[in-house]
Amino acid sequence: MADESIIEVRDLVVELKGNRILNGVTLDVYRGEILGFVGASGAGKSVLTRTILGLLPKQEGRIDVFGVNLDEAGEMQRQEIERRWGILFQQGALFSSLTVGENVEFPIREYLDISDRLMTEIAITKLEMVGLKPDVYRKYPSELSGGMIKRVALARALALDPEILFLDEPTSGLDPISAGDFDQLILTLQQTSSMAVFMVTHDLDSLHTICDRIAVLGDGKIIEAGTMDRMLASQHPWMRAYFHGVRARTGLLAAARS
Amino acid sequence: MTAGVLLSSEMRGDRIELNAAGSWTAEYAGAIEPQVEAATRTVTARNIAINITRIDYLDTYGAWLIERALRNWTTQGRDARLVGLREDYRGLFEKVHAGTQTLSPAPPRRNSIIATLESVGMTMAGVGGDLVLLAQMIGSLMIAIKRVMLRPTTFRFTSMVHQLERVGWRAVPIVLLITVLIGAILAQQGIFHFRKFGADIYVIDMVGVLVLREIGVLIVCIMVAGRSGSSYTAELGAMRMREEVDALRTMGFDPIEVLILPRILALVIAVPILTFLGSMAALYGGGLVSWLYGGIQPEVFLTRLREAVTTTTFEVGMIKAPFMALVIGVVACVEGLQVQGSAESLGEKTTNSVVKSIFLVIVLDGVFAMFFASIGM
Repeated sequence: MADESIIEVRDLVVELKGNRILNGVTLDVYRGEILGFVGASGAGKSVLTRTILGLLPKQEGRIDVFGVNLDEAGEMQRQEIERRWGILFQQGALFSSLTVGENVEFPIREYLDISDRLMTEIAITKLEMVGLKPDVYRKYPSELSGGMIKRVALARALALDPEILFLDEPTSGLDPISAGDFDQLILTLQQTSSMAVFMVTHDLDSLHTICDRIAVLGDGKIIEAGTMDRMLASQHPWMRAYFHGVRARTGLLAAARS
Repeated sequence: MTAGVLLSSEMRGDRIELNAAGSWTAEYAGAIEPQVEAATRTVTARNIAINITRIDYLDTYGAWLIERALRNWTTQGRDARLVGLREDYRGLFEKVHAGTQTLSPAPPRRNSIIATLESVGMTMAGVGGDLVLLAQMIGSLMIAIKRVMLRPTTFRFTSMVHQLERVGWRAVPIVLLITVLIGAILAQQGIFHFRKFGADIYVIDMVGVLVLREIGVLIVCIMVAGRSGSSYTAELGAMRMREEVDALRTMGFDPIEVLILPRILALVIAVPILTFLGSMAALYGGGLVSWLYGGIQPEVFLTRLREAVTTTTFEVGMIKAPFMALVIGVVACVEGLQVQGSAESLGEKTTNSVVKSIFLVIVLDGVFAMFFASIGM
């Protein structure tokens, strides 16, 4: 694991409608790692993700992405950064009026000047990489199942070969087999392209099997960040409940077996 | 980073080795593609190797371009190989190599005349389908009313009152404003033109009859279709998209009874009231302009109005109101329940709802005109 951090969040404070959601969050995401990000529902995981992505305003602190302070980045610099990250939203957020192919080609068309033929081929390559058949290319998102929508959304997030991939609960709503496949898919893609993955998740299996590091959010701060062993050793009551609860056992078993 | 290049080198008899160097990434894909294309066309050797040891950066774009060239040569029956694959790029190449790229060809584009004819035909068939759906909706509404009448406690009274506030009470200011203006404009135009014949006083007849029989109810219905009909469609459409309608059905509720009946009843109650208020406001506007612009004293206006209009004139306008409300409500709800999964479909159905309900309101007005004429009202 390289030590170069792609994302640096320092003392981040975010308030929404007068409620302080994040109160001094400090977090690093390193190049080429898979970071699992956990926390109780409503703890502010999505808020942190959306703040890093620039969808929510922050009150204090700083966020550096690829070494650029987002507050000081100009229009061009920002676009350059946006070209280098890919985001998978929880519900997929595919554009419902475009076909699957057009969805995947959308960022390519915006950012790159390449021939239509290459664009189509890349889109199909991406779709095949995420485990879909090329014939979904002409379908509309409304014709796809939930799992397929997630895969298409992943293909779209990967369209520009990003250096960091944000995943918002990628395995929620998938059956355990699909969820396992999806985890392996992310792992393979991450290994082939050596990108960093920032994954908000509740899936203990994902945390055990594919995450290099885990960060835990609670009370508006990062309670702990580190490997799974550190998580399991932690004495923090919420973390003990989370990592040693009934549902955690299957994850532990799975990890022990593998 | 330097742009990726494909350099040809060392032609040894029947064997050629091409050297790839630089960044073979998305950023430079546009510049690399022509080079790869040129190489696939010009290289004639039997044995081809692409050496990628000197590539600095590689992503899916670069890997696919190399893979594409290799596939091209292989299908031509030549021996094409990849040389110097670094371990960290192996996974990427395997992924790209595994892709089949078998996209079934796009359906052929049809003759534009045939396509136009087809779309006309589909539209006409759609009109027929719409009429069936409207009839179905009115039928289900009647069944729901019957059920509610047998068990009055199941009626969603709160919901209806809530809708009544939205489509009735909150619509009052805008309806009053618009109808005052319409009345005023009618009177002004009437006075301006009638004055040439010295017939200013007949403006009162015109405004009175026109407003009470036609304009009052029409303007109100058009306003309601745009204001409330569209919101019904969008609401029901969004509920359908989020499976709320299905949730109701599975819990044993009839969506017609729970969602649609209170909405349509609220409209049927609100529209006559709005029509009455709107007609009065239009008369007020007409009177005001007649006084200020035409110099007709209010007492004269009122006396003349009493002679010009009868209760029948008023009745003709008011009788139409609930029927038009029914049409607006039914169209809005039918369209709302037609919404499919996409955001585009929601917008389309909302537009359809407004356009169709205004159209049907005007058609219905014509039908009523004939009906009233034949019974001498």
